[in-house]
Amino acid sequence: MSTLTAKRLNIETKLSDDLSKGLRPVEKVKKMIYETNQLHIWYGETHAIKGIDLPVYEKEVVAIIGPSGCGKSTYLKTLNRMVELVPDVRISGKVAYNGKSIFDESYDVEELRLRVGMVFQKPNPFPKSIYENVAYGPRIHGIRNKGVLDEIVEQSLRKAYIWDEVKDRLDTSAYSLSGGQQQRLCIARCLAIEPEVILMDEPTSALDPKSTFKIEELIRELKETYSIIIVTHNMQQAARISDKTAFFLDGELIEYNETNNIFNNPSDSRTEDYILGRFG
Amino acid sequence: MEHINEEQVKRRRNLRLLTNRVAQFIFMLSTLFGVIVLGILIYRVVSQGIGWIDINFLTGKLSTEPERAGILGAILGTFWLMVVVVPITMILGVGTALFLEIYIKKGRLQSFLQTNIANLAGVPSIVYGVLGMTIFVRALDLGNIVLAGGLTMSLLILPIVIVASQEAIRSVPQHLSEASYGIGATKWQTIRHIIIPAALPGILTGAILSFSRAIGETAPLVVIGIPALLIPLPGSIFDKFTVLPMQIYYWTLDASLVEEYANLAAATIIVLLLVLFLLNLAAIIIRHKFKKIY
Amino acid sequence: MKKNNHPTKTNPLNVKELIEKGKKTRKVSQKLEKIIPFILLSITAVSVLTTLGIILTLLTETIHFFNIIPIWDFLTGTVLKPLNKVPEYGVLPLISGTVISSVIAMIVAAPIGLMTAIYLSEYASEKVSLVVKPILEVLAGIPSIVYGFFAFTFVTPLLREFIPGLEAANILSPGIVMGIMIIPMIASLSEDAMSSVPDIMREGALALGSTKLEVTKRVVIPAALSGIIASFVLGISRALGETMIVTIASGSTKNFSFDVTQSMQTMTAYIVEVTSGDAASGSTIYYSLYAVAMILFIFTLLMNVIARYVSRKFREEY
Repeated sequence: MSTLTAKRLNIETKLSDDLSKGLRPVEKVKKMIYETNQLHIWYGETHAIKGIDLPVYEKEVVAIIGPSGCGKSTYLKTLNRMVELVPDVRISGKVAYNGKSIFDESYDVEELRLRVGMVFQKPNPFPKSIYENVAYGPRIHGIRNKGVLDEIVEQSLRKAYIWDEVKDRLDTSAYSLSGGQQQRLCIARCLAIEPEVILMDEPTSALDPKSTFKIEELIRELKETYSIIIVTHNMQQAARISDKTAFFLDGELIEYNETNNIFNNPSDSRTEDYILGRFG
Repeated sequence: MEHINEEQVKRRRNLRLLTNRVAQFIFMLSTLFGVIVLGILIYRVVSQGIGWIDINFLTGKLSTEPERAGILGAILGTFWLMVVVVPITMILGVGTALFLEIYIKKGRLQSFLQTNIANLAGVPSIVYGVLGMTIFVRALDLGNIVLAGGLTMSLLILPIVIVASQEAIRSVPQHLSEASYGIGATKWQTIRHIIIPAALPGILTGAILSFSRAIGETAPLVVIGIPALLIPLPGSIFDKFTVLPMQIYYWTLDASLVEEYANLAAATIIVLLLVLFLLNLAAIIIRHKFKKIY
Repeated sequence: MKKNNHPTKTNPLNVKELIEKGKKTRKVSQKLEKIIPFILLSITAVSVLTTLGIILTLLTETIHFFNIIPIWDFLTGTVLKPLNKVPEYGVLPLISGTVISSVIAMIVAAPIGLMTAIYLSEYASEKVSLVVKPILEVLAGIPSIVYGFFAFTFVTPLLREFIPGLEAANILSPGIVMGIMIIPMIASLSEDAMSSVPDIMREGALALGSTKLEVTKRVVIPAALSGIIASFVLGISRALGETMIVTIASGSTKNFSFDVTQSMQTMTAYIVEVTSGDAASGSTIYYSLYAVAMILFIFTLLMNVIARYVSRKFREEY
């Protein structure tokens, strides 16, 4: 664990780390970072999310699986209020981040998105240089010092395991990178503002197997420091990288449990059907 | 099937194919018509005017003697006119486009504003001239100075700049602004750092084309009352002025009095077309250089 | 393998703290964030104000004018002699001049523009289109004053070779040149409409052994008809509002006639004449220009609304 991360973790989580090695009831000690109660979302007439309750604890990887159109991406985008960019969207229910309801009038959306980073389905670097892509977040949040920015850029690129590939060409366009590299750059861009949570919306669906493998490695590495909520199409991926898995179907949360349980011993027949590939 | 007379079908088919050929030829001639007319027009103008273009013509002041007349005043006038038009239309055009594309929700107000802009684009330029004469020249009592002409011209091309900017902004992929919002950027930060830079080539291309419209436009300025008299060279936006197309207009009208004036008009047209050509070239270069990368 | 380049080695930087420190600048930008929509709204309001400005100026001055000259006399009068001792203000000579020049323009522009569009959309190879389209764009980009010069110094003398009795100032020559000016617009709008006809429709007819001409006549043109009509209507609107060509080449005779060899004045040319004549503000002749401008405004607005209505219908078809 890096000195940096060590510094960022308080004693409480250290304790919980120790606990997790021996005992099982981790949740009791771990802090709940996201709380969702009776969340409903409509796009115009379409009822996309139908009453979801879902707690997310600190430093877990939560995978959300389900067939296309089941509302998993919508749910993810609700967590940093990106869903509001969709015209005609209506939201009811409660989502609290660190105990504060994010839909409150007074809640600062930019602050939320500063704490909760997002990686998108398609790599979406800005049409700027590699350096500028990573420096973008810190810059808009008021960090102007060139030396500091240099350091943040290097650090973030290292954390995303792409530093060695790009360190000699930080000034070239981000579009000169391969798809997989672009996605890792986007992760670096997201890490540059040191979020607490990273939301990932099918981050490997547009990538080849080799790049997918690298990103999964990276996710395993990142979960030491961050909470990660990942939407995925790929059940093997969910099984490989997540601690807990939520199965969505038609806007409803069918089952939410430890990943092991979901895949080996699902309690709902629909979950079983989906996992066995009977639909979706 | 026996009823079909093969001989007849064959003959009819040949006829149909022939008609098709003839039609194709006529369509091609029609297309060539525009090209040929353009060729004649340019040939006429150049052959009539090129001999009159020299350094004295480009740097000389207006004069009643054709041999001594120059168009420096008109060139400067066009320049100062653009000094007013460019910043005003860029700010108003891009601002309106941002409001319509990013800030306002789809609905009645948005479609009202959009329809209004479409209608403004179809208003004849001379009506803008009447508006400018009434409001800027007379009501605000600016007189027929560059500023009044520039404001009038700005209103005239504003709808074109707005529509072009809207298209450019719309073509910036949504995933770029999502990425920016996702990092916690505000709307304005996203606009300034992501959307405008990405849309800029498109905005500039459209804007440059509308500037060339403003440079060639005559009718509104005639209505505003730009004098045909010898006036001092304009030195600021508060001076009286004339522009290249106005110069062409007066020389063409007066060609019935002094024949050489027609040659001067032709020479001025060459200069005007050259300016417009360069602007269009700039627009094409910008369009090519910043071809969509995302 | 990871251990080598693990971030541990790098300098610990507390980005969060730095961002927290930069909060003050964020307060400022948050304020800006709230103001900007209002700034943009007021910028957008300029277009609305322009429309209002046009309508209000035209309307108030036109009403003034109708207080002096009864509206009915104006609209039905066939004599326009504002400078007579007993001035007469009938707008029909201007309307006939405007309509005649626009009709001439459309007689030139509609068939040639449409045939150009057919050629480019149905017959021409990619290469030919790539050359011809920019040329048409250049043609469209030439200022109308240049066309006016062309009509006056080239087309009129040329026509006079063939048409004896054609006056030096006549409505025929500027009408034709106006048509030439409008060709690129009709060609490009019609071509857009025809190119957006799905290829499947063409292939269906071609597979039955139709020639390209038959496909064009029976499939493409009917399918693109509203787009083509819209382009014609916009062309008419453009012709109605065109000023410089007719001002230069058609003189200022206020003729209520249908003889195209004569000089006729259009509404636009009348406005130019009145404003360049330095009419005193407040005189009847000064007010008359607003009444004429009002009619012109209504005519062109009507055309644009029709064109939009027609082309919207066309979009609904696929």
